[in-house]
Amino acid sequence: MEVELKEMLDDLLSLRQSLSDPSLHASIDKLQLRVDRLTHLAKSVPVRRSKVKDMSAEVVDSNPYSRLMALQRMGIVENYERIREFSVAVVGIGGVGSVAAEMLTRCGIGRLLLYDYDKVELANMNRLFFRPEQVGMTKTDAAVQTLSDINPDVVLESYTLNVTTVQGFETFMSSLKNKTFRPSKESSGVDLVLSCVDNYEARMVVNQACNELNQAWMESGVSEDAVSGHIQLLIPGETACFACAPPLVVASGVDERTLKREGVCAASLPTTMGVVAGLLVQNTLKFLLGFGHVSPYLGYSSLKDFFPTMTMKPNPQCSNAACLERQKEYILAKPARDAAAKAKMEAEAAATTAAGDMPLHVDNEWNISVVDDNEPAKSTCGTSSDALPEGLTRELPSADEFQKPQASGATDSAIDDLEDLQRQLEALNAA
Amino acid sequence: MEGWDPKTKSTLTQIPLLTTKAGPRDGAAWTQRLKEEYRALIAYTQMNKSNDNDWFRISAANPEGTRWTGKCWYVHNLLKYEFDLQFDIPVTYPATAPELELPELDGKTQKMYRGGKICLTVHFKPLWAKNCPRFGIAHALCLGLAPWLAAEIPVLVDSGMIKHKDDATTSNES
Repeated sequence: MEVELKEMLDDLLSLRQSLSDPSLHASIDKLQLRVDRLTHLAKSVPVRRSKVKDMSAEVVDSNPYSRLMALQRMGIVENYERIREFSVAVVGIGGVGSVAAEMLTRCGIGRLLLYDYDKVELANMNRLFFRPEQVGMTKTDAAVQTLSDINPDVVLESYTLNVTTVQGFETFMSSLKNKTFRPSKESSGVDLVLSCVDNYEARMVVNQACNELNQAWMESGVSEDAVSGHIQLLIPGETACFACAPPLVVASGVDERTLKREGVCAASLPTTMGVVAGLLVQNTLKFLLGFGHVSPYLGYSSLKDFFPTMTMKPNPQCSNAACLERQKEYILAKPARDAAAKAKMEAEAAATTAAGDMPLHVDNEWNISVVDDNEPAKSTCGTSSDALPEGLTRELPSADEFQKPQASGATDSAIDDLEDLQRQLEALNAA
Repeated sequence: MEGWDPKTKSTLTQIPLLTTKAGPRDGAAWTQRLKEEYRALIAYTQMNKSNDNDWFRISAANPEGTRWTGKCWYVHNLLKYEFDLQFDIPVTYPATAPELELPELDGKTQKMYRGGKICLTVHFKPLWAKNCPRFGIAHALCLGLAPWLAAEIPVLVDSGMIKHKDDATTSNES
């Protein structure tokens, strides 16, 4: 196009020179201006940037990573470029997942795995990321289109499937196990799984997969009324899994109708979803790059701007068998973990004493001394760690005895052949 | 179970409860569970027939018993409205209930998720979770689909969203 315009400009110039009538010059000048403008427009047509081999900290306008690499200079991140080694799986490319994927893409994450089976709809336009012209495309295709434009360095893998079906789950599991991106990595092929789904069933599926693979993951959610949300870090065996605590309606027996309004259409806001996606990816960056404190749970209640945090221990009676296995492994690994922590502390202490043998404070007028935090405080009622402080009661009753599966002696006389049963049902269906 | 009509309650108590907690990935235990599913479905279908309240047909669409297809119908103003019924057994079954689908009604009612999955969140899922693993497919039909049809079909018929098949053919011919 630029060549065509250049030729046109040349033609105009030669025409102007050949024309003897000066009165026509003005209109030719006008034409020339127009061609100039068109040339300028043609030049501003977007061009895809080429891939970058190494992340550079050089401060020039053309470096896509200069602001990220500055995190090292500021002393926040030790080695930002490590982000290119990491793989993150995003399950659910909706209001939260798509924005989280874009944030990770802009941060230069090594590899993103995207899972969704839905299509983009006009009803999604109140959220961020997807554009009206993408309506009708699968969310995975539309996301790959946008993300590969934003940052071609990121390796994108998209899976258009429903993870709750048996077949979808198998593909999901094998994609998480695939280690071709970084063969040296231990255990699974991804560093973190982000659950950005909108229903209980899919969350339970991600929970199942991650418990089986011993894979750390983060759960995210926005409430149906669009004014609160949460993120949660789940490390199998170490923190509560998604099945460890039953949903409130199941556990407390409150009337569900008081919690949920009629109708299915949930509300959503780009703001709340953006905030939750931001919290999720911030926690992800801290987890992967090892800076700051990684929140085990962070809530967001927008009406009061309240951000509660808490830690949940795994439930020793969790209904998920894989969770119980991971819990056992975690307890067995405790001596090794303690030894590592002790060695680390000693190394740090050695480093500080080596730095200077001078006493920390020359005089100690008030005889202030540091007491070990771990020393058991004997003054408090030392019955058991389960005891609650005065004034607090537990919302739920303590767990029942573990239910032993009943010996099914009554079914002995009944038909015990699957095909027979199938035929019997078919006979009933045909009647 | 407060809020449920006595008839549904008495029907429910007669559907055999299941004991094996196993999903489609659990091999032999799943086969055992599948047998229990069949026993419950047979008992429920027999009961419906003897009470003159036959309202569905369902059978496994694959040998593994993870996909089920059939029909269900509802009688409103002496007219019978019949719909295709289908669902997958989720990998996390029975911790999570099957998502029952009526694909023909997709987009016709708000009480439905994409793909024709009926909304079970309020009236059924908490009940399912409390009764895991004792509830099975038969219970999901009795406590999930039946009340949904009873609540939604009259509204859909009265608002003209669905037409009886005889009306539909006559209007096409004229």
